[in-house]
Amino acid sequence: MKVLVSGKIDGIVLKSENPINFLGTVDKKTGIISDKNHDLYQKSMKDTVLVFPSGVGSSVGAYTIYSIKSNETAPLAMICKKADLTVATGCALANIPMITISDEEFNSIKNGMMISLDTESNQIHYQ
Amino acid sequence: MELTKDEESALKGEQGEILQTAYRILVATGEATDAEKLVPIEWAHLSGVNYNTIGDAGEELLSDISKNARVKVKTTLNPMGFDIDNVKNYGLDENFISKQLSIRNSYETMGVIPSFSCIPYEIFDIPKDGTQVAFAESNAAIHANSFDNLKTNKESAFSALASAIIGKSPYSSLRKEDSPNITIRMKVNNPNELTYGMLGFFAGKVGDTSVNISGIGEMDKRQTKAMCGGMGTSGTCAKFIFGKGESDCEKIDFDEKEMQNVHDELNTAEKGDIITLGSPQLGLDEISDLAGKLKGRSFQKRCMVFMPRTVKEQSTKIGYTAELERAGCEILADCCTCLSPLISKDSVDAVTTNSIKGAFYLKNSNGVDVNLKPLLQIVEDETR
Repeated sequence: MKVLVSGKIDGIVLKSENPINFLGTVDKKTGIISDKNHDLYQKSMKDTVLVFPSGVGSSVGAYTIYSIKSNETAPLAMICKKADLTVATGCALANIPMITISDEEFNSIKNGMMISLDTESNQIHYQ
Repeated sequence: MELTKDEESALKGEQGEILQTAYRILVATGEATDAEKLVPIEWAHLSGVNYNTIGDAGEELLSDISKNARVKVKTTLNPMGFDIDNVKNYGLDENFISKQLSIRNSYETMGVIPSFSCIPYEIFDIPKDGTQVAFAESNAAIHANSFDNLKTNKESAFSALASAIIGKSPYSSLRKEDSPNITIRMKVNNPNELTYGMLGFFAGKVGDTSVNISGIGEMDKRQTKAMCGGMGTSGTCAKFIFGKGESDCEKIDFDEKEMQNVHDELNTAEKGDIITLGSPQLGLDEISDLAGKLKGRSFQKRCMVFMPRTVKEQSTKIGYTAELERAGCEILADCCTCLSPLISKDSVDAVTTNSIKGAFYLKNSNGVDVNLKPLLQIVEDETR
């Protein structure tokens, strides 16, 4: 795994197979995805471990990540397959732990799993 | 990424919250772009200024961090949403104006030079060859790398601001020696600035980090700016290297057919209700040239001309401003066609411009149609 923003959290996985465009498809007050075509449509990312392939769209989307953190509707951590600058800088700004993992590891994570992440010791535990 | 002891300490928060956040942004950016370290920079140019693009979240964040954050290196700024001298003519609401002024105030408090310009390479002195800078404005990053012998990544608004506060930037992609795997062969004859804009747009689509480009002769400033603006609009690529490249480079031709494809993508109207000039903003050379072309002629419809404030002040002293206004131009400083809140689809169906960058954003952000023409043609068709 590669650590982009460090931290230590325990939480329940909310997993998406679709990339997320934070600008425009994530409500910056509620943290709910408003894109009807997204597999997380109407799901709230609040206090989850959000697992998704990568971010897409305008880098201004980083402000959305900062906003949901300020509004206490942000995920506890984000785990991606690919690092993109919008999610990386958004998580850095909002101090949300963020890592990237291999495709195999990504595939092994299931919705609803409990995850303990500690970037200091470079460890993820699944339950 | 390897950090020094001092950098580690700042990242842990031992030097305050602002530096911690700034380091967190640079480390996240560096890890995302495979940088192995941070390098000192001498100049940062920030995007994320126009309230139209950063909105309330941006305004609040800047207001918050400006209480403590100060920039450490020379830092300049992209255009904002309007020219305070004539904003009342454009029907912008009070909320927009006050939020935009708050953003301006936050940047000034942090020690940023209020240049409100997307052409820092034209209005500031260029540092010596090879100097590391951090430019977030795409056309400026491309110009700096391709024409000014500076080194910058195509920074995000956040990495450029963090770089300004820390005085360092991640050592990744374009800062290292790069050898593009693509060479674009320019095959269009008698190119004007619109052709170069389309070439840039095409190059941005096919290129990844940098591209070789061959078959190009002398270019004037208007043409180089158009090419950089076009490339910055369509992708992540941020450097032209002039030459044929290695023999194993993939060769791609930019010919009449490719040019027509770009034209068809961005040109959606036969004529415009208004004209805009400037995206990137016009420099003094272009203003002088425009004033010459407009001698004894007047626009038959509204023509908005965008430039940095320093250029407006010089133009006024020399007399160009009076000449342009006589010809019917609206002179706007501190703002730009690109992402302008001053052009609304409620009152305008289509805009005539010679800017590929402007066309892209007018179409996708303002939601208006675009009629593309080179400047010479615009003057011929739209003035009497």
